[in-house]
Amino acid sequence: MVNIEKKTKLKPILIMSTAPFLIVFTIALSITYGSKDIDVATIWQAITQFDSGNVDHTIIIQSRLPRVVAALLVGAFLAISGAIMQGMTRNYLASPSIMGVTDGSAFVITICMIFYPGMSNVSMIIFSMIGSALGAGIVFGFGSIMRNGLSPVRLAIIGTVIGTFLSSISAALATYFQISQDMSFWYNAKIHKVDPDILILALPFGLVGLILALVIAKSITILSLGESISITLGQRTKWIKVISILTVVCLTGTAVALVGKIGFVGLIIPHITRFIVGVDYRFIIPCSAIIGGIFLALCDVGSRFINYPFETPIGVVTSLIGVPFFLYLIHTRGGERRA
Amino acid sequence: MVESMIRAEQLTSGYEKLTVFSDLDVAIKKGHITTIIGPNGCGKSTLLKTIGRILKQKNGDVFLQEKDMKSISTKAIAKQLALLSQNPEAPLQLKVEELISYGRFPHRKNVGKLSSKDKQVIEWAMDITRTTAFRDREIAQLSGGQRQKVWLAMALAQETNILLLDEPTTYLDLAHQLEVLQIVERLNKEHQCTIIMVLHDINHAARFSHELIAMKAGEIVTVGSPNEILEKDVLKEVFHINARIMIDPENGSPVCFGYDTLLAQEQGGPYGDNG
Repeated sequence: MVNIEKKTKLKPILIMSTAPFLIVFTIALSITYGSKDIDVATIWQAITQFDSGNVDHTIIIQSRLPRVVAALLVGAFLAISGAIMQGMTRNYLASPSIMGVTDGSAFVITICMIFYPGMSNVSMIIFSMIGSALGAGIVFGFGSIMRNGLSPVRLAIIGTVIGTFLSSISAALATYFQISQDMSFWYNAKIHKVDPDILILALPFGLVGLILALVIAKSITILSLGESISITLGQRTKWIKVISILTVVCLTGTAVALVGKIGFVGLIIPHITRFIVGVDYRFIIPCSAIIGGIFLALCDVGSRFINYPFETPIGVVTSLIGVPFFLYLIHTRGGERRA
Repeated sequence: MVESMIRAEQLTSGYEKLTVFSDLDVAIKKGHITTIIGPNGCGKSTLLKTIGRILKQKNGDVFLQEKDMKSISTKAIAKQLALLSQNPEAPLQLKVEELISYGRFPHRKNVGKLSSKDKQVIEWAMDITRTTAFRDREIAQLSGGQRQKVWLAMALAQETNILLLDEPTTYLDLAHQLEVLQIVERLNKEHQCTIIMVLHDINHAARFSHELIAMKAGEIVTVGSPNEILEKDVLKEVFHINARIMIDPENGSPVCFGYDTLLAQEQGGPYGDNG
């Protein structure tokens, strides 16, 4: 008898076992190359014998290291969120940026910066999560009341419209209350300005999201077979959906609080991962996290060289890769029946 | 008298604001194949989905072996009752055997591998549906008929004594239609599986069922044996057709070999009732 379990596990195990090496390599790459040339010996010194008086050491520890860690985490969080959303809704375009989740976060953060200035980092993460829930709520709410509104392309349109609407209001409010400078951070994801303090704070939130995601992974697989099959197989479908949404809100909210809005990671990484590891979310979720994290960290490295020595916003890099991929998805998957 | 496997009392169901049927009473006999027939929109699929708890009833109760289904955990129900819906869509990259193995979900602990019992049941399900030959293929590579058999195998892997099938033969060619129904018949005969299905083809319904339920506009018109239902007056009332019926000399079941619509004569136009 052919053992189907062993065969399907091969690639994910390969990805997961090589992940530590790939991550260390990505970190090394990211802290070595930047607008300022710092030689490898100095980098090593900065890590082993940190000297706060040394400018190069400070750049490595206070800027480059947090930056690559943030990229790895945010990439992982967004990719997991996208994977869960795609599995839960069976919508191949579902992802945090297209479905208005990240725009919801940025919107609520704007409101809070205006009416509740000087908020703590923890409250910002929490408000960001509330914003994620708000964005997702509005988009899926509209999707449910509109005829056929939950179909992939329509939901993507609703998500884009609501997302644009929320960001327009944010922009208008930011101009009126003269905080445009601060706001641009949330809309143009400046990963190089990530605050190490908030990074440490974000870890437990991310960890909670990650554990939730792994716990519900198997149920997401069942849900991805369709709602009626999920019920027939005796799954408590409503509960799984509630936990899935909480997980997405937790991870996306934390990601936006860390670095602002980054598009396309949550859309393309789950697709690439599924292409490699198959349809079992017990593998898709951890592998998406690995691939998403490394992808975003490499995009961040790339963003330093597109217009060297000036930094290009990382969102530009992810869009350069993401937009063609988005069009490809609609072209190959968006037949009449699914549109 | 045969005891009832499933019984619905005062059942009301539908979609959001639309009520498809209300206060329906129906009993399904244990060990029988029962087929619901009726025109489009009469509520036959809605009834099946409500019994299979895919659709939550607005009112009334469904009893599974005289036990209120609301009082049984959904996982426990899944060990007794499987439902194959009309157009199931699986992720296309899924392998046949993988899909069928998900049928074991209600029997498995949350973590852990497939037990030898699980594997045995999966082999049996593939064997009876004749899907073993393409166990390693992806769903995307299968024809409609093969796909339907794979879905049936998944429902069988659930190892239940009740199987609900919503138009299992729609979109299949003649040979595949028959093959699917013969699998169903075999399950009923060899494994005493109680089967409730919705079919559009009244001849198939008559040939493979012990009992037919004829529905129209959310009401059960009549319940009876194929001989009682495939009858001129019943078909006239249910489908608005003037049917010509004979007995198939090969298997003795009634067959409608030709019919004319009555709609045009009665309502003066071809666009009358559309359900």
